[in-house]
Amino acid sequence: MKTRNELEKIATQIRKLTIESIAHLGIGHVGGSLSIADALAVLYFDQMNIDPANSQKQDRDRFVLSKGHGGPAVYSTLALKGYFPLELLYTLNQPNTNLPSHTDKNKTVGVDMTTGSLGQGFSAACGMATAVQIDKAPYYIFTMIGDGESQEGQIWEAAMFAGSRKLDHLIAFTDNNRMQIDGETENINGIHPLDKKWEAFNWHVQSIDGHDVLAIQEAIIKAKNVQGKPSMIILNTIKGKGAEFCEGLVNSHNMPVTKEMADKAIERLESSWN
Amino acid sequence: MELKNRNLRDIYVDLLIEYAKSNPEVVIVEADLMKALGTNRFADVFPERTINVGVAEANMIGVAAGLANMGKLPFTHTFTPFATRRVFDQVTLSVAYSKLNVKMVGTDPGVMAELNGGTHMSLEDVGIMRNIPTMTIVEPVDGVQLAALFPQIAKHQGPVYIRLLRKDFAPIFDESQEFELGKATKIADGCDVSIIATGIMVKQALDAREVLEKQGIKASLINIHSVKPIDSKAIIEEAKKTKAIVTCENHSIINGLGSAVAEVLAENCPTIMERVGTKDHFGEVGKSDFLIEKFKLGVSDIVESCQKALFRKSQEV
Repeated sequence: MKTRNELEKIATQIRKLTIESIAHLGIGHVGGSLSIADALAVLYFDQMNIDPANSQKQDRDRFVLSKGHGGPAVYSTLALKGYFPLELLYTLNQPNTNLPSHTDKNKTVGVDMTTGSLGQGFSAACGMATAVQIDKAPYYIFTMIGDGESQEGQIWEAAMFAGSRKLDHLIAFTDNNRMQIDGETENINGIHPLDKKWEAFNWHVQSIDGHDVLAIQEAIIKAKNVQGKPSMIILNTIKGKGAEFCEGLVNSHNMPVTKEMADKAIERLESSWN
Repeated sequence: MELKNRNLRDIYVDLLIEYAKSNPEVVIVEADLMKALGTNRFADVFPERTINVGVAEANMIGVAAGLANMGKLPFTHTFTPFATRRVFDQVTLSVAYSKLNVKMVGTDPGVMAELNGGTHMSLEDVGIMRNIPTMTIVEPVDGVQLAALFPQIAKHQGPVYIRLLRKDFAPIFDESQEFELGKATKIADGCDVSIIATGIMVKQALDAREVLEKQGIKASLINIHSVKPIDSKAIIEEAKKTKAIVTCENHSIINGLGSAVAEVLAENCPTIMERVGTKDHFGEVGKSDFLIEKFKLGVSDIVESCQKALFRKSQEV
């Protein structure tokens, strides 16, 4: 198991690469990418059974980013992990790229499901966990939804199904950054209390600081040991976490990022780390 | 397996069970219509390979996509409107765009929704699915054709929409007949006009052909079981031979067989053409005989369309 220090350093690198790749293009989904960096660091560098040299091995754990617009953070994580060269990150959304805005399993090595239309990736993750259950396989299906995404009806169709079917190899996260494109989630179409909703759907629920890597690590270990229920880990996060130009701002969903903004943000990230 | 004088749904479920015996990756994903569609018989044989998500079609397609992503071969089952218009985005993105191998069955096509009425009567489902890249659309005519096409559908790599009649309609084909997925089948030859029919309209077209024969008109009849991919070669051959085409479908003439044939003709050999099908209106409740007459899908409507095509042809010379 990795230490706090090691995991925080990885999360910082994921943030730095995410900001750089978005700034290279000049615009992107920076807010919802930065809010999930800590969870991705713990998943890909500590908790998931995966092998970048054998990205398709059958008995691996899978991760489905149902909030597919967080693609840039996943790409940074995969590049850091060694799935593809770091330079590829600068092709984000460029013509003929393998790194489109929303994650695509047929384009990017290491991406386990194509997502983008909200609600659908979560449903597919439930199907993947059903296959694990049918095969009595030992591996886990991880998935991440957004809090805004939780307004989609399909999320709750799938939530009811997973709870009813007792898919205990399904471990889901909600990136609860409390913001969506049009404003604060509670002012658009309130979804809270999230924990009580998931409990009512027969899920094992934990609610933690989504930027505390050790809390995330501990929650995943606890979730793996839950039997007879799928797990929801609500990550209480801050949209745009780690980049001064967008941290905690509603407008960070999809915003222009200049090289100057990126340089300044990365400098602060690195100095806070050191 | 008995393929005649049986409900198509029973033949289909037999085929599915047989195929699943030697293909352990086959699973079914259901949305609370197992008793109606007969797939509860599959569940009796393979309970661990039966996933019923309840009344939640969007999740049915999402779960099927996830199962396919793990190497399973899912078959989903519901009525035609819920297999298509209700889940268009899920089928488009989670299945087709994601390149996942899911077979989707919609039952009770067009007027065959009968007493379920307008809400359950899809006259646009083929049009919806035809818009999706990589989609294959199959509408079997009878049990013989269904049995011949089933293994080809199961082995096909890519999404397939199967527009399946539940009931026994009318046996058309002899058991010795061979079928190739995506290829038209010639049923009868003729030199004056070519009827191209799909689904339940094949029987209507056969009857229309007899009426025309008594009037001295020799109609050719071909069956197209897959509107997509469509057998362009067979259509062009007919057009060049008779120079008059009549399409017949239990579906809107917009975006279905008639549109697909018209596209082939317009781009290859513009030909006089008439379309029998519903004319841009919704369905309504009623037995199929009543609806066929009301929506002008009957034998006399096909005969009239053939006569009209022949008249137009005579005016061209």
